[in-house]
Amino acid sequence: MDYARSSDQRTAASTKIVVAGGFGVGKTTLVGTVSEIMPLRTEALVTNQSEGIDDLAAVPSKGTTTVAMDFGRITLGEDLVLYLFGTPGQRRFWFMWDDLCLGAIGAIVLVDTERLDEAFSPLDYFEQRGLPFIVAVNQFEDAATYPLEDVAAALALSPGVPVIRIDARRRESVKEALVRVTEFSLERLSAAVGA
Amino acid sequence: MAADTSPDDDVPSGAPAVRVRAFTLTSGRTTPRVDLPVEATLRRLGAATAGPVESHLTRILEVCDRRSVAEVSALVAMPIGVVRVLLADLVELGQVRVQTTIQEDSSFAERRELIERTLRGLRTL
Repeated sequence: MDYARSSDQRTAASTKIVVAGGFGVGKTTLVGTVSEIMPLRTEALVTNQSEGIDDLAAVPSKGTTTVAMDFGRITLGEDLVLYLFGTPGQRRFWFMWDDLCLGAIGAIVLVDTERLDEAFSPLDYFEQRGLPFIVAVNQFEDAATYPLEDVAAALALSPGVPVIRIDARRRESVKEALVRVTEFSLERLSAAVGA
Repeated sequence: MAADTSPDDDVPSGAPAVRVRAFTLTSGRTTPRVDLPVEATLRRLGAATAGPVESHLTRILEVCDRRSVAEVSALVAMPIGVVRVLLADLVELGQVRVQTTIQEDSSFAERRELIERTLRGLRTL
């Protein structure tokens, strides 16, 4: 097959990587470390009847709330912008993730080794959806340092899922995580088509 | 939008009633007629193409050029669902164009080209 760019190939002007993890694990810190803008916050409405609603005109505020998502932006050359979306890890936000993950390069699941259980929900989701993801242990200064193999085992990760240790406050460290998830996404894509 | 920017404060904030009322700007419509991923960037088209637009659309028009759907939502302080419907209206009015992103129907070549371009960009950051 010839993969040279053909005239009908649509060249994407923007893309995204999702950063998921538990409350306070450092998602917004990670995004802010590499973003060229102060992380912005956007909100989505959540209703108790989020399935199958297309007309909210008559829906009262009762049972409606909002969920916030912080995101940042990195310009990668003249014609490409990468957005990083930090998203809450809890299962009740899954409705939002379908939207976030469609078309994403991949995801970084940010974990705190003191609260590994908070990573289970995003891991389950990304596995189910087939979105390439890596696990990044955000190494907090006062926390014990566990071997990465032990973290992978505790999270019951499938073989081949990259696990790295980062410091979400350091630009080089976050950049490395972004490169790693993008490389992994490329490996997975190539494997999927047997290229 | 609430001026609350404490890090990792993911969970519901502010007064929901105000935000629900935002859908009155869309006449209750919550499904945009144009596909608008959160990361899709927009270009404002020449003002000559159409007549005056309503004031809430003007705010969106003012900030949307070269920005994403998510950025517009944050900057005009409207929930993303509301902004999507209004941006779709502006697309139909010929005021705004949506730039390409990877979609469900994107080809392998398109995906690979994008990932490789992203990788090159990240490595030279």
